[in-house]
Amino acid sequence: MTPATAEAAYRARRRVRLGASLGYGVVFLVLLAVSARVSEVSPEALLAGLPRAGEYFHKLLPTLRWEVLFAGSRVEGSLAYWMYRLDAWAWLLFETSQIAALATLMGAALAGLACFPAAANLAPNRAVYVLCRRGLELFRTVPDIVYALILVWVLGVGPLAGILAIALHSVGSLGKLFAEVVENADMRPWEGVRAAGGSWVQAVRYAILPQVAPNFLSYVLLRFEINVRGATVIGFVGAGGIGQELYTVIARNYHEEVGAIIVLIVLCVTAIDLASERLRGRVVGAG
Amino acid sequence: MQDATLSLRGLTRRFGETLAVDDVSLEVPAGQMLGIIGRSGAGKSTLLRMVNRLLEPSAGTIRFGGTDVTALRGRALRDWRASCAMVFQQFNLIPRLDVLTNVLVGRLNRRGTLSSLLGLFSEEERAEALAILERFDLLETALMRAGQASGGQQQRVAICRALMQRPRLVLADEPIASLDPRNAQVVMDALRRINREDGLTVLCNLHHLDTARAYCDRIVAMREGRFVFDGPPAALTPERVREVYGVSEEEFHAAPQGSLAVA
Ligand SMILES: Nc1ncnc2c1ncn2[C@@H]1O[C@H](COP(=O)(O)OP(=O)(O)O)[C@@H](O)[C@H]1O
Ligand SMILES: [Mg+2]
Repeated sequence: MTPATAEAAYRARRRVRLGASLGYGVVFLVLLAVSARVSEVSPEALLAGLPRAGEYFHKLLPTLRWEVLFAGSRVEGSLAYWMYRLDAWAWLLFETSQIAALATLMGAALAGLACFPAAANLAPNRAVYVLCRRGLELFRTVPDIVYALILVWVLGVGPLAGILAIALHSVGSLGKLFAEVVENADMRPWEGVRAAGGSWVQAVRYAILPQVAPNFLSYVLLRFEINVRGATVIGFVGAGGIGQELYTVIARNYHEEVGAIIVLIVLCVTAIDLASERLRGRVVGAG
Repeated sequence: MQDATLSLRGLTRRFGETLAVDDVSLEVPAGQMLGIIGRSGAGKSTLLRMVNRLLEPSAGTIRFGGTDVTALRGRALRDWRASCAMVFQQFNLIPRLDVLTNVLVGRLNRRGTLSSLLGLFSEEERAEALAILERFDLLETALMRAGQASGGQQQRVAICRALMQRPRLVLADEPIASLDPRNAQVVMDALRRINREDGLTVLCNLHHLDTARAYCDRIVAMREGRFVFDGPPAALTPERVREVYGVSEEEFHAAPQGSLAVA
């Protein structure tokens, strides 16, 4: 091979890649158009809907008056009047975050057990690997709201259904992420422990866990953030927390209360996001 | 400790079309320091890994004293692995754990699952590990993360882990290939020490002939999966090297150094 033939081969490959990229681009645009068509997304409908959305948001806004903004909860136009049920809502928000926290912990515990046999580099054999991988996929493909619908029917209305629903979905999604972290682990320590006569479980504990723990923790925190939002939505189907209350006030057209609750949810979720983001930064940074 | 001879009979290992180890037979008496030399790809690592049973032989048997090692399964296999300690070219320590814990890994085999999951080692075990570390001048590093120790220190920690296994054999796969000459000497000295002072049989893969001559009681040379020389270091003269490898000693060392693909 001479420099000239290498250059020619390089150009040929570039041409092929460029062609492929263009091809994929066209396919992508076609798919986008088709899916927009099927789901009846049209710019006209969006434009027509916009004023209505604005109208709704306008209704949600409280009527606040500057003069009495910080007056007591009996004075119309004050913040306290708007948030007159703050104590109950705060409790429900707390309940929602607890649903998310418990569910995340339960999901993480199960995922932490299942991920090792579900990692191709550690699975004792192909059958175990396939079984664990497909099992995790099964848990993941069902959305938590579907689990919630079923569990509310089985267990009755309340937070327990919500916790289990989110936990089930979390097992699947965390398990897959964990398994992928494990698959990227350095296998030399593993070999060292195995060669010293350590068992499979011992090798997981000593050679793999120290490597993957920071990444696991980071994914758990990220999942917690997602689950706080999920726990809110899940309340709509009767699985406890602030979502259930939100559903009630929406159904009854208590517009100002809807607004108040949404503001509280946004504040709470943002606070949790920020805290968890900082914690994640520290966990990964320390690794 | 009755008969502690390691004997390989017709040991063979295939990787697809490649015959990595080809019908090899060998007797290693207890307490011998055996050097296995050969260029990259000769089959040295494959041979040692089969002895530890990290790799399954395609054919042949491995016996140690009265035991048929090739037939071991489960618990008995893990016990065998503990009694023939491996030392790797890349040390294979757990970088994030401290040096002391890395040495204690050598004792996992004798620990139940639950207590080892909780990281519970007894005070006696820690004392033993610390004594071994002290013996190899590593006591100061005991609480350091293994990954932060120097290469030479890490390899000596790996030797300490091996001793913690209370092994009968030590299998070292190119233990000095990742080290500078000074550290290489310290590590080779440590291997010879455990051979002389503890009476352990040592099988050591090396690709540098002078190291093998300086440290080993006996040398076997491998080429394309077979033994092409077996004898005392003095018999491995430059003429003999040319005879078995078809190249001079300088050429023998020159080519394989660059090919790090097969570690
Ligand atoms: N896991 C493997 N898969 C396929 N081929 C392998 C594998 N391990 C070793 N080999 C091949 O077996 C031969 C011997 O390799 P190895 O035992 O590593 O030699 P050495 O340690 O003497 O350098 C080489 O040709 C190598 O390519
Ligand atoms: Mg090798």
